[in-house]
Amino acid sequence: MTRIWSIPGGVHPEENKTQSLQLPIGEITLADEMVYPLSQHIGAPASAIVTEGERVLAGQKIASAKGMISANIHASTSGTIVAIEDRTLPHPSGMSGPCIILQPDGKDEFAEFEACEDYLALERDQLVDKIREAGITGMGGAGFPTAVKLSPRANQPIDTLIINGTECEPYITADDMLMQTRADDIIKGTLLLAHLLGKPARIVIGIEDNKPKAIKAVQQAAKDTDVEVASFPTKYPSGGEKQLIQILTGKEVPAGTLPASIGIVLQNIGTTVAAYEAVRFGKPLIERITTVVGRALETQRNIKIRLGTPINHVLAEHGFIPKNASSLIMGGPMMGFALENDGVPVVKATNCILAPSQKEFPEPTPAQACIRCGMCAEACPVSLLPQQMYWYAQAEDYEKLEAHNIKDCIECGACSFVCPSNIPLVQYYRSAKGTMRQLAIEKEKSDRSRQRFEFRQERIAKAEAEKEAKRLARKKAAEEAKKKLEAQKASGETPAAGNGLVANAIASAKTPQASPEEQKAKLDRALVSAQSRLEKLQQRQTEADQSQQDKLAAQIKQAELKLQDAQSKLESFSPEQISAPAAIDPNDPVAAAIARAQAKMTMAPDEKLRSNLESLNKRLKKAEEKLATAKADNADTVDALQTGVDKLKEKVATTEKELAELPATAAPAAVSGEEQDAASAAIERAKAKAAAQASMSDEDKLRDQLTAMVTRLQKTRDKVETAKADNADTLDALQLGLDKMLAKQQKLRDQLRELNPNAAELYDAPQADDSVDKKPAESEPDAATAAIEKAKAKAAAQANMSAEEKLRDQIESLEKRLEKAKQRLQKAESEDDENIDAFRAGVEKTQAKLEQTRTQLEES
Amino acid sequence: MAFMKLSSPHATRAGDTGDVMKQVILACIPGLIALSYFFGPGSLLNVMLASFTAVACEAAILKLRNRPIGFYLKDYSALVTGVLLGLALPPYCSWWVVVVGTASAIILAKHLYGGMGYNPFNPAMVGYVILLISFPVEMTQWAAPRTVLGDDQSLVGLLNGLQQIWLGLPVDGYTGATPLDLFKQNNAQLVDDFYAAQPLFATARWAGAGWEWVNIGFLLGGVYLLARKIFTWHTPVSMLVTLFILSALFYDGGSSESAGSPLLHLLSGATMLGAFFIATDPVSSAVSTKGRLFYGAGIGALVFIIRAWGNYPDAIAFAVLLMNFAAPFIDYYTLPRTYGHNTSRRATEKSE
Repeated sequence: MTRIWSIPGGVHPEENKTQSLQLPIGEITLADEMVYPLSQHIGAPASAIVTEGERVLAGQKIASAKGMISANIHASTSGTIVAIEDRTLPHPSGMSGPCIILQPDGKDEFAEFEACEDYLALERDQLVDKIREAGITGMGGAGFPTAVKLSPRANQPIDTLIINGTECEPYITADDMLMQTRADDIIKGTLLLAHLLGKPARIVIGIEDNKPKAIKAVQQAAKDTDVEVASFPTKYPSGGEKQLIQILTGKEVPAGTLPASIGIVLQNIGTTVAAYEAVRFGKPLIERITTVVGRALETQRNIKIRLGTPINHVLAEHGFIPKNASSLIMGGPMMGFALENDGVPVVKATNCILAPSQKEFPEPTPAQACIRCGMCAEACPVSLLPQQMYWYAQAEDYEKLEAHNIKDCIECGACSFVCPSNIPLVQYYRSAKGTMRQLAIEKEKSDRSRQRFEFRQERIAKAEAEKEAKRLARKKAAEEAKKKLEAQKASGETPAAGNGLVANAIASAKTPQASPEEQKAKLDRALVSAQSRLEKLQQRQTEADQSQQDKLAAQIKQAELKLQDAQSKLESFSPEQISAPAAIDPNDPVAAAIARAQAKMTMAPDEKLRSNLESLNKRLKKAEEKLATAKADNADTVDALQTGVDKLKEKVATTEKELAELPATAAPAAVSGEEQDAASAAIERAKAKAAAQASMSDEDKLRDQLTAMVTRLQKTRDKVETAKADNADTLDALQLGLDKMLAKQQKLRDQLRELNPNAAELYDAPQADDSVDKKPAESEPDAATAAIEKAKAKAAAQANMSAEEKLRDQIESLEKRLEKAKQRLQKAESEDDENIDAFRAGVEKTQAKLEQTRTQLEES
Repeated sequence: MAFMKLSSPHATRAGDTGDVMKQVILACIPGLIALSYFFGPGSLLNVMLASFTAVACEAAILKLRNRPIGFYLKDYSALVTGVLLGLALPPYCSWWVVVVGTASAIILAKHLYGGMGYNPFNPAMVGYVILLISFPVEMTQWAAPRTVLGDDQSLVGLLNGLQQIWLGLPVDGYTGATPLDLFKQNNAQLVDDFYAAQPLFATARWAGAGWEWVNIGFLLGGVYLLARKIFTWHTPVSMLVTLFILSALFYDGGSSESAGSPLLHLLSGATMLGAFFIATDPVSSAVSTKGRLFYGAGIGALVFIIRAWGNYPDAIAFAVLLMNFAAPFIDYYTLPRTYGHNTSRRATEKSE
């Protein structure tokens, strides 16, 4: 005797099974039209493989499974496909969906089925394929594709196969009839399924004890096999998958998992027979046994019916009296669903067509208030608290519903059945579950976008942090500079301050470049981020499933490479690079100022030279092109152009030479001044000036230039003369060049005058110069020069002042600067300028300096 | 053709809430018979007056709330409240006591909270407590049972009773103490001596003349309801067991300091009425079976504590109301273990 466990709850509705058991299994005529919904199973709808107008045979596949969880659909009689269109589906919602419509030709010709005598000799895969091909799905109600259920995961060995002959719903007797009439096939099918599942240790057919005839028949057939037949007390809903497992094994299927996770597979009796027929005779699922019952019918019985037959045809064949009917139900009275429309067809999972009279199922009375009597909780087979769930469902408190395990509700209807207040409890749960599913989907969506947003924020924060780090580095550099300044002051050199200002002026005219510290910090950050990325990826790899492994592995590889790169960069970032600025003699403030400015400027001198070279090359090319054009046109500018090209070539050569010599010369890219930016011009001049200050003999360069220009000018004038004499057509061009040169010379003279008002070169006879480029940004060097001049004047003035006066003066000027800086900062703030940090740093710096100077003043 | 669209299940068990309530009223009959036998028709008159008031109040409030009166009256819940309050009130108390108590129960305790199914407190007990606090004298006068009447006394008749109720005319044999009252006032004698000295106990078998039979009557009614599965055994059994254990622990062999024997506590006062008819009110009690065990035990413990050390001789109403407060809390922590889960969850659980 098989041990039987009991389940909690459950109800005993009136069985009403006898009325449909009075007659043998009947058959009805073919309908005028057959309807095959493409979705009669759980999973993806099948896709039609026939076209309108095509003739098909009974058993011919008309729609094929799409995806893993799906099932084929076969024509159940021969005829013509007349349409593939949307029809009302046999579904609780009453929604429409695509259906294949077949018009039977009445010949009922069958396609050839591939029978197999010795099917157990076949490979397991082949057998499962046969079942899949036949479009078999669970015939108990849910309609899960059987082939999928028969292919459990390799890590879930099946030790128990349960065949469900419970049929606990009132009124339905289809399985009962099947067991009574085809017990042998059931056993064969059961053994087949056991074979497919790798011979589980226990094979049991569970039947409720209200079907004694069926139990007897199956027991008879199961003799001399390993199949166990267990009968147990009738109670609704013993036939639920989870409940039957509990009754026959005492085990519970863990929440959120399938029975296979505890080594159990459960199949319906009808499915077992269908699977057997599919394998043995190659017969697809085109007909089934369905109970047609209800007091609105004259005949109540079980029939063997072709799938796709419209319900109204079935009703008509059974003497349906519409005025007596209260409703029309597909399935049983507890879990079946009411049909609004009797045009829907019989599908694979249709085990019952129930047409109750108004007396049988009177219209439900209006719901009364819940008095929390708890009868529902006693009836619940999964130990929920339906009355509480009802309150929370009304209040839409989904958190509480979740905590009350609403997801474990099997919607058996036992609670609604017993409710004295006639509350449609199950409907509340269905609706709440639907909303919760929807919410879960939305939550997932919003989670994803929140994650995206957070990543973005992180990215922005990181960029901000980098900016901040740069700012700090700049501040630090500024402080160091200040320290140096102090050191100079400490050494008691009076000109220090003045020349410091010069240096400051120079420095402020310069574009800041990344300091070595910053570069190192950047590299450090890169290293850290590369490492963290690698770690993250590795972690994800351990979590990810197989399909993503490869992709992730590639990503990890990449991340590793990046990391290596970052490490090697960091290593090669040697300390000498950091200490690049040359040592400066603190006792020579002028030199120091210049050196400092130079050091900053020549942070990457070769780069600067290279870019010079590049632009020179470009110009050369252009000039050559022009020359070529001129030559081709035999223009009169050829000569002038030729000269220009030559000059440029010369310059290129010089720059290249300088570039080559670069490591040897600490000096900046000296006097090719016109390519230099304003700052370097200023430096040059400052240098010259400083030199002039020391010994008034160092204006040579400018003078040289001017001298050279004089020579050139002379030459050009000669040429012009010659041209005039020859009446050459190049005269105009030459004249133009000459004018330009004169203008240039004037400018150079102005410059020289600033440096040395007494320079001899300023007074002259005609001079010429073409070594200077035609269009440098003239105003900038002028501004810089002016600044330098001012600073110099101040320095000179300061030299004559007492230390105290000097400090006061400094404070005054610092205050002025601070005021200006603050104004600028305010403006930047109001405009949300991106340089705001730089401005702020400037204000801070100035303030610090001011403080410092004040302290000094007090001390003195 | 088109059919009616309905949600499953399509079959329901016969019977409705009104049937449940009718069963409860039916189950009160043995207790009411005992009361009438020992104390005269007073309780019956109370029950009738309270029932009438309850239904009238219910109808009036439903009218005010624009609810379908007939539909709601058919659930018989107001009638149950009236019957239970009528049983709990002292026989022959003035009519206005009954009316005030019942009106408070229906209007304040039930409809102000939303009506049927929404009241957090047992309406009958709210009515009772309002009366007990407001009119302590009227509420502590109890008729003498027939066994203690002297030769010259007779049980209060219907006419006398009505006079007392409506006109306030005093009647014979209207003494004024219940067994629990008497026992509370005992502070010198051993329990045995005290029992022998008091006719109320001397003429009784276990726990006070008349009272023991009244309690047995309600116990019978309760067993009937249990058999009809109107409620589960959890609340009453847990309450009675707790009361029994505590009284046994503190009986101390019947000294003058004794808190009373278990029999006295189980068969005196409103113990059985409380256990089977008041504490089992589903609306205001805990919902799960586990929760109802705690809920019943809490009532039992509170009843004993108030009886033994409190100021009131009986304590069912206070104990039930206090545990009504605690019911939602109990519900949070006593969810049953659901199929497929290893442990039971808590309603306070938050989804992350």
